[in-house]
Amino acid sequence: MSAVATRSRPRRVTGRPPRLLIAAGAITAVVALIPLVYLLIRVSEAGLQRIIEVLVRPRTLETVFTSVSLVVVVVTACLAIGIPTAWLVARSALPLRGMWLVLVALPLAIPSYVAAYAWLAQFPAMHGFWAAALILTLVSSPYVVLPVTAAFRASDPALEEVARSLGRGPFRAFATTTLPQAWPAAAGGALLVALYVLSDFGAVALLRVDAFTRVIYASYRASFDRVSAAVLALVLVALAALLVYAERRVRGRTRRWRVATGTQRTALPVVLGPGARIGALAWLTGLTILALGVPLTSLVLRMLQGSRTPLDPLELLSAALTSLGVALAGAILAVLLALPVGILAARYRTRSVRAIETVSYTGHALPAVVVGLSLVFLTLAAFPAAYQTIGILAFAYAVLFLPKAIGATRSATAAVSPVLEQTARTLGRGPLRAWAETTFRLTLPGIAAGGLLVLLTAMKELPATLMLRPTGLDTLATELWSRTEIAAYGAAAPYAIALVVLAAVPAWLLSRAMTRTDADTGDADTVAS
Amino acid sequence: MTSVDVRSLTAGYGGDAVLADLDLSVPSGEVAAVLGPSGSGKTTLLRVLAGFLKPASGTVSFGDRLVAGAGPGFPHAFVPPEKRRLGIVPQEGALFPHLDVSANVGFGLPRADSAPRIAEVLEMVGMSDHAHARPHELSGGQQQRVALARALAPRPDVILLDEPFTALDAALRVRLRAEVRELLGSLGTTALLITHDQEEALSTADLVAVLRDGRIVQVGTPVEVYDVPADLEVARFVGDAVELRAVTRAGRVTCALGDIPVHSATRAPDGDAVVVLRPEQLVLSCPVDAAALPGGGIVRETSYHGHDSLLRVELADGTSLPVRVPGGTPPPRPGEAVVVSVTGPGRVYRA
Repeated sequence: MSAVATRSRPRRVTGRPPRLLIAAGAITAVVALIPLVYLLIRVSEAGLQRIIEVLVRPRTLETVFTSVSLVVVVVTACLAIGIPTAWLVARSALPLRGMWLVLVALPLAIPSYVAAYAWLAQFPAMHGFWAAALILTLVSSPYVVLPVTAAFRASDPALEEVARSLGRGPFRAFATTTLPQAWPAAAGGALLVALYVLSDFGAVALLRVDAFTRVIYASYRASFDRVSAAVLALVLVALAALLVYAERRVRGRTRRWRVATGTQRTALPVVLGPGARIGALAWLTGLTILALGVPLTSLVLRMLQGSRTPLDPLELLSAALTSLGVALAGAILAVLLALPVGILAARYRTRSVRAIETVSYTGHALPAVVVGLSLVFLTLAAFPAAYQTIGILAFAYAVLFLPKAIGATRSATAAVSPVLEQTARTLGRGPLRAWAETTFRLTLPGIAAGGLLVLLTAMKELPATLMLRPTGLDTLATELWSRTEIAAYGAAAPYAIALVVLAAVPAWLLSRAMTRTDADTGDADTVAS
Repeated sequence: MTSVDVRSLTAGYGGDAVLADLDLSVPSGEVAAVLGPSGSGKTTLLRVLAGFLKPASGTVSFGDRLVAGAGPGFPHAFVPPEKRRLGIVPQEGALFPHLDVSANVGFGLPRADSAPRIAEVLEMVGMSDHAHARPHELSGGQQQRVALARALAPRPDVILLDEPFTALDAALRVRLRAEVRELLGSLGTTALLITHDQEEALSTADLVAVLRDGRIVQVGTPVEVYDVPADLEVARFVGDAVELRAVTRAGRVTCALGDIPVHSATRAPDGDAVVVLRPEQLVLSCPVDAAALPGGGIVRETSYHGHDSLLRVELADGTSLPVRVPGGTPPPRPGEAVVVSVTGPGRVYRA
């Protein structure tokens, strides 16, 4: 007698994707490629000799050195801080464990330039490499802490117990069983930190560190040396692409180690001795003060002190509405472009679908400064009417944050069985109506959440907005930027607070995605920016 | 009333043909089971019939309607799924989770005056009391009933059942099968049941088509397929098979159980062969001088199940046989000497 097999239900559709869907997806891929391709065209026009000349210039080498050093220092610091912190919140019997778990994730809600501004407002002399390294470490350490926490929580305690029974002490048992399971998570997190540091504009610019993004922005502003800006941008993209590639490779290996089936126990928290306990609490408290206490106190103090020019609530409101308006345009565009790609990626696995999906994720490896620069060039050269318009700004947001919208559409679609749509077909619906009445209805909340995520992220975007906005258009981020540049810290405070509130939502979503133990790891990078 | 005719069908994905030159015809009003192990092409056949996959060659007709393939006057016909007048009952029901039961059932009906028909089919499947329930509030069996009602509501010409009972527990599965069979019989709808469960196929269908490696290897009534499997693999797949090495000589088949009568429909040339018996054909007795008789052996293992016991008997030549004895009397213990004899004809296949 044949056994009753409970088969895993396929979410994919075998066979060829519809041509129309492929065509729509191809359009998205082309759109996503425009900034990169135009940058390549622009650089190639300069001629090889000129390119080499820019590349071997001492200034270029210094920039590479600065950026790479910054990445190395911040990543090392994040790992050194993040892994012990993750162990404390995941495996030790600390008082208020739930609270600490929230507190270690919260720095994600502070955009780097807001953190830089907040520290500057308290310590105006703070500048340079180590200042930037400190601030970037504080804001990006959750990228390591969260996935490693999840890995520690997901690891099977039975492994450690078996190691103990085979004669290893508690520390060696941990180091040889649980710790190796967390390595892929730590490596993935470290690569996200590296990408964050490499693409960051706000902190390095405010703290005057000549990393790539600041140098590119400066040579764009100087406007006489556009070739060197373009060449530098391309080098930056190459480095970022390398990191994205490495991150994908690492993630491919991040699978749960547990081979046995059945329900897994959760580990009993380790009870710390009194000394260790005080040390652990001091460590977590210290981190929280640096990452959250200082910036938030600074914001509130500056807000209370006010400034010589009193806050104009209308100006704040208008900046918020402007942010909302352009970000909304970008989010709508991103969702429309993401729809065919997300559906294709969830349902089909042909070579053309893979290619479309990969290309559409280009924005993930493009620092915003690069997208801004390329679109400035493109509009000036080919579409002068679009130069510094809301349209081109929305376009830039869509390209930059397309991966988030695709990720949301993809995971929402993958959660709905394709059989529903097929059944609707047999009940008399054409392909489009069958989709609209079943899958679309069910995926709408997920897709809308993706759109909201794009909206919130775009609202706090800084460098591309600075480069592409119409003259006179001010968003929350640009208002904060221009006030901080002239050291008007008090006047900047309300904008900074508004930005932290905005950033809290994506940060919350990201921390949920990263600590969910059974998470489809794809979510993490679609939320991260 | 619509028959289903599949002629020289070849279909697959990319260049790989999953179904090769497949023929199948189901007379109007009959329930046919397409029985095959996983990977045999069941799902591909279902997708071709429903119109989710275009065949590479061959034809599919519902009655005199050509729905796919080249035919006289049609260079390359392809009727999309929504125009095939075919109902589908997917695995685990696949009810639309955002709609309640009546909206699910009414999905395929024209909006105006669909209410009477919805009530009618819900009555048929015994779900009238749940018309406004949400799918997640229903048990697995109830979901399947609603899925069946949804498929039947537009009065389709053909119904496809895709392993509809697999996710249910054993007792419910048996009951629902019987109900579905009765309902389909009374409606006279032509139905294809896609399944990997031979018990389901034998007990539910009028006609069983055994699918293997993309081909139909045998079509017949359940009795024919079980009694006279077309080859050794079908014998193994449909029901439990006891296989014994044998020698055929001039129509006589000799194996460890002695000379065995053979079903007239199976014949093997003289030489080495395999005899297949069904476990219920093996009868156990405990004579005094067991070892001397053909079929004599020793009980090696006994597993007691209450309603029957399954023994493993080792024959004198070392062959090990599973033998089922009905409950009621205590089964022989391991170590006891027994004789295994055969009732009814065996089937013989070339070794």
